[in-house]
Amino acid sequence: MLLPQFLPRFYIYLFAMIFAICLLATSLNMVLGFGGMYQFHHAVFYGFGAYAFALFVTKSGLPLWIGYMIAPFCSAFLGLVLGLITVRLTKLYFGMLQISLGSLVWAITYRWYSFTGGDDGIHGIPVPDLIGSSSGAYYFNLIVTAACLFLMYMIVNSPFGRTFQGIRDNPERCEAVGVNVQKQQLVGLIIAAFFAGVAGTLFVTVEGSVFPDLMFWTLSLEILIMCLLGGWFIFMGPALGAAIIITLRTFVGIYTEYWTLILGIVLMLLIFFLPEGVLGLFLKKASPAEKKEG
Amino acid sequence: MEFAANITLSALLQQVLVGLSRTTILFIVASGLSLILGVLRIPNVAHGSLYMIGAFLTYTFATLVGQSALWFWLALIVAPLGVALLSFVFERGLFCHLYEREHMMLLLFTFAFSLVIGDMVKLIWGSDYRSLTAPLFLQGSFSISGFPFPRYNLFLLIVGPLVAAGLWFLTNKTKIGKIARAAAVDREMVGAIGINVSWIFAAVFVIGCYLAGLGGALVAPTQNITQGMDHAIIIEAFLIVIIGGLGNIWGALLGALIFGLTDSIGILVLPQFAIVFPYMAVVIVLTFRPKGLLKSTW
Repeated sequence: MLLPQFLPRFYIYLFAMIFAICLLATSLNMVLGFGGMYQFHHAVFYGFGAYAFALFVTKSGLPLWIGYMIAPFCSAFLGLVLGLITVRLTKLYFGMLQISLGSLVWAITYRWYSFTGGDDGIHGIPVPDLIGSSSGAYYFNLIVTAACLFLMYMIVNSPFGRTFQGIRDNPERCEAVGVNVQKQQLVGLIIAAFFAGVAGTLFVTVEGSVFPDLMFWTLSLEILIMCLLGGWFIFMGPALGAAIIITLRTFVGIYTEYWTLILGIVLMLLIFFLPEGVLGLFLKKASPAEKKEG
Repeated sequence: MEFAANITLSALLQQVLVGLSRTTILFIVASGLSLILGVLRIPNVAHGSLYMIGAFLTYTFATLVGQSALWFWLALIVAPLGVALLSFVFERGLFCHLYEREHMMLLLFTFAFSLVIGDMVKLIWGSDYRSLTAPLFLQGSFSISGFPFPRYNLFLLIVGPLVAAGLWFLTNKTKIGKIARAAAVDREMVGAIGINVSWIFAAVFVIGCYLAGLGGALVAPTQNITQGMDHAIIIEAFLIVIIGGLGNIWGALLGALIFGLTDSIGILVLPQFAIVFPYMAVVIVLTFRPKGLLKSTW
């Protein structure tokens, strides 16, 4: 909690970034691990939230806190739009269509120089020192992430979350007992998009800039890796995975530029030897539900 | 409107021809992806990376002993085979042990493969741009009603149908094609009558990756060969496969046509956002036919 008093600035920045990505990975896992939906392009909601916040702050003269309020709802709205198109499909079709539509959002962002800054993005977003300084961002991200994780934990354990997990384990049976599967999945997607948007605003708080890579599909798959690494049947698994990946990337990046090579090899080893994730390995209590169809 | 003045009939014709040659490349890459999806049910994220390797290998072979027509043709043959060999090693060495896993794991595994390839390409070829010139008689252009049309694009227009015909022959007339189609429908049954499904999968995977390599080899003289060309093509290929119908070769052709033409004609209408038109076409198609235009194999 009081780390900023002792650690160098670099580490505080790193921690603040980890908090944001932890939130992002956990929000993905809400639909992925608990909903069983093949959410292949989660980063688009993250990037959309970050862009919505950045554009709001730079283009409108309104107070900052309104931006923090509005940006997640923009992401949630995007979740609603994409969800309405994709949720009719299941599994791989769903995932591939989502990658496609997400890439459309990315493409527009990438090309629309006059509004989004194109491939340069937007830099120097003014965030007041209270939350924009490195220790300020640390505390701000810590509090927001903790609050959001708590909220998501409540949602996962609410009747809604239980139904969601039921759909994951057996969609046909849920349909048969009167659950509107597609509606549940749509709502789940919107909630996940909302929290991804929050993570996007946290990223801007730390970094002070946005760029189109934030919604590129490779980032989405990297978040998937985080979920896999931490263990996606455990609530805190993805957050742990995110922390490991971000830390690794930062320190490997100091020694070599071939980070993706290392990530690729780590991922291959992970899939071969540790499919339940690090936390799953320790807890060994992953529910039998994960042995779903291949 | 200002842009309307630019669209004349001959300009439109020219763009259609350009779009058709782009379609060729897209079709070759997407058909490989579709083949793998249809039979193995794996979205091969590494497909774009194999395409990139195909282009780089073509460059290397074609410039190995100074540029000459002979070496260019050799490169067109050797580079896709090199890609096929790489994919064969990958499939038999690592991938074939994972077929029992969930799709998600398989997708992430191919993503890991693409990450490794991406950095290997950076290690081997560096991060500079490369460019390759086609042999002399494919250079330059001839004019179609006053507009220049590159000869190489005409070459592509000839290659495309040839590849399509070859694929049709392979899947419909050969034994391995028939077995592969049967395995796409019911792999247990095919295994039960004594056919080694694992090797059929390997063959299909290698053929699909060969097509990715071929696409890369053919595209090499038309654009800069660079890091990042894998990311550009893979999403397009995915979209084409989705609007065409998963696993359907003719769907891939149809999807590639839609994609290539909307892109090239879109450039006439709204240059800055030309990239948006193919995506809009995809959204429209999927709104009415969520499972693609043609019948998918699964």
